[in-house]
Amino acid sequence: MINTMECAVDAQSMISISLMKIHNSRTQRGGIKLHKNLLVSYVLRNARQLYIKEKYAEIYRMQQYEEVMTVCNEIQELNPLDLDTEDTENEEQTRAACCGGDEASLHGRPASALSGCASPGDACKEAEPSYYRSCCMEVSHCEPNNPTYCNKTTVLDLDTHVVTTVENGYLHQDCCCDALHAGQGAQSPGKKRKVDFECCLCDVDEMTDFSVSRKRLKREEYTYCNPDYTDTSNISNLISIFGSGFTGLLSRQADLEQICSKQALASLGAWTRAIVAF
Amino acid sequence: MAEVGDDSDEVQWCFSQVKGAIDEDVAEGFGPICKGVCLQRDADVISTVEFNHCGELLATGDKGGRVVIFQQEPESKNRPQCRGEYNVYSTFQSHEPEFDYLKSLEIEEKINKIRWLPQKNAAHFLLSTNDKTIKLWKISERDKRPEGYNLKEDDGQYRDPNTVTALRVPIFRPMDLMVEASPRRVFANAHTYHVNSISVNSDCETYLSSDDLRINLWHLEITDRSFNIVDIKPANMEDLSEIITASEFHPNQCNTFVYSSSKGAIRLCDMRASALCDNHAKLFEESEDPNNRSFFSDIISSISDIKFSHSGRYMMTRDYLSIKIWDLNMETRPIETYQVHEYLRSKLCSLYENDCIFDKFECCWNGNDSVVMTGSYNNFFRMFERGYRQDVTLEASRENSMPQSVLRPRKVSSGGKRKKDEISVDSLDFNKKILHTAWHPLDNVIAVATTNNLYIFQDKIN
Repeated sequence: MINTMECAVDAQSMISISLMKIHNSRTQRGGIKLHKNLLVSYVLRNARQLYIKEKYAEIYRMQQYEEVMTVCNEIQELNPLDLDTEDTENEEQTRAACCGGDEASLHGRPASALSGCASPGDACKEAEPSYYRSCCMEVSHCEPNNPTYCNKTTVLDLDTHVVTTVENGYLHQDCCCDALHAGQGAQSPGKKRKVDFECCLCDVDEMTDFSVSRKRLKREEYTYCNPDYTDTSNISNLISIFGSGFTGLLSRQADLEQICSKQALASLGAWTRAIVAF
Repeated sequence: MAEVGDDSDEVQWCFSQVKGAIDEDVAEGFGPICKGVCLQRDADVISTVEFNHCGELLATGDKGGRVVIFQQEPESKNRPQCRGEYNVYSTFQSHEPEFDYLKSLEIEEKINKIRWLPQKNAAHFLLSTNDKTIKLWKISERDKRPEGYNLKEDDGQYRDPNTVTALRVPIFRPMDLMVEASPRRVFANAHTYHVNSISVNSDCETYLSSDDLRINLWHLEITDRSFNIVDIKPANMEDLSEIITASEFHPNQCNTFVYSSSKGAIRLCDMRASALCDNHAKLFEESEDPNNRSFFSDIISSISDIKFSHSGRYMMTRDYLSIKIWDLNMETRPIETYQVHEYLRSKLCSLYENDCIFDKFECCWNGNDSVVMTGSYNNFFRMFERGYRQDVTLEASRENSMPQSVLRPRKVSSGGKRKKDEISVDSLDFNKKILHTAWHPLDNVIAVATTNNLYIFQDKIN
């Protein structure tokens, strides 16, 4: 169990920074420093473990949410106009949780941003959301009167093997409905693209024997192609929009379960098998 | 811990000298403010500091491959209480940049380590090494020269033999002191990886050199052959998990040496047991507290320096945040642990980003093994008095460079409230680091190397 209490560890940033260090070491005067690269590889390994751990947690949460929302949407479809006040409030709160979420209860450890991080005591006082950005979008506060751009969701449907990028516009009720419906039906107006897992990370062919031995590891595991290692927004774009709101949603799961029947829960469509891909 | 300086009997450190370029002078005339490291010559960065066995000579090596030796002046009759100053004794270019054409790699000329040989005659000998090649240098004085040759004039021109009418015997006449440094041995082509340590054996005939994966044993007289005594290179480099970071011979037992690893382990080897010392005789390792396990645990546990005490009973290791004193008779844990800059533990992310987490701090013992010293950031250095469990933080800066001015202890505040005269963690300058320190073997004189300046401090003489 890796304790990161002393500092917020952004797994993606760690991976980016570490790979950049390895890349830069190839052109450093005096040749590649074996010691430093070994230590960097330790950090890479830890970051990878963290990233994968968060990934699986995110996928699990995504699946849970999809199951719940699918059932709720099916119920809505049955009675689209029969919304009482309570349900409307629930829906709005659900969307609010989807967009902003309860930041204090987000999964992750409270800490400051990567650079210049203060002591844990200071970090707790920071207003900005401080959670694992490996799994969560940097979602801004979403209010009905303050539409804010939401990030994309890229989803791989296991049945059709189609990757869909759901682009959400301004966040308001209709948009959320559209997003949810679009996500549900995998018929978003967003782009469709083939899954491309080719690695075009960096040319590692010229490394020394130590680095060459790591080449295979890197090619298998790191499949993003952005030469600008510090730009994690592309990675963020690949991760579920709903991640930040899941905790809020999960807290409401008990209420939703009361609404949905067991039968509805059991009727999981193809969409519920979709996973977030990267 | 109580701070040194509170008790009037405790040592008070005073500024003595500073060597090297003044940062402000370098900055002037270069227009916009660009002080600090960016204007300092990279070649002038001090990379090693070492006193010789009697403390009379102090050698420094720099990134430019030069060695500068300072000599302590004899105590002045006018000021018998004051120790002599250290003045430049000899300067020479030890290593030059090289190029490995086979691997297309440039070999840095930076001097990684200097080790003095015990003095046997009037000349002084030292070993200096860069990443690949170790050299034995002889530093000798010449204060006489022969005069009165028959065939040559004193200026060296040949005389016309026809003008020679009588024979004379050349005699030695005094001349201005000249210090010559000449390379006597070059020990090359024995290391594939970067040399991190050299250590002279107590037998004064052999020495060891270690790189990331191997340790070689040399004879000082033989340059074309060395014996490999430790090899931790795995058959498959993909399995590499640990490398050698430092090594040293025991000060008294010529058969014993230790080497430290990137995983925080120390292995003591006995050369009598076998020719190859891959199997250690003792393994010193402290079990990690799982509660302290963090993202960067692997990095901060890597040992950057290892030093035997003068007595040979103890050894000291330096990792990124702490100093540990080990008793050679106990392998399970160190007998003492000193936190050098614990306030950095919450900054490890940033320190990883700016590469400071890879800084290799050295450590040293004082003459009677009662105090240990190491460097830190912001030009701070720390001393830990073992017996009294006291520690002090001092600063090497030009601001405190009045002769005989007493250094006042510094304090770093990690919490929210900062007292007067304290400096907050966020205000520390991580470009100003003290990696190399040395302690006079017999006296309370210390040499502290900042980036490109050498400070000499001594204790206040009442």
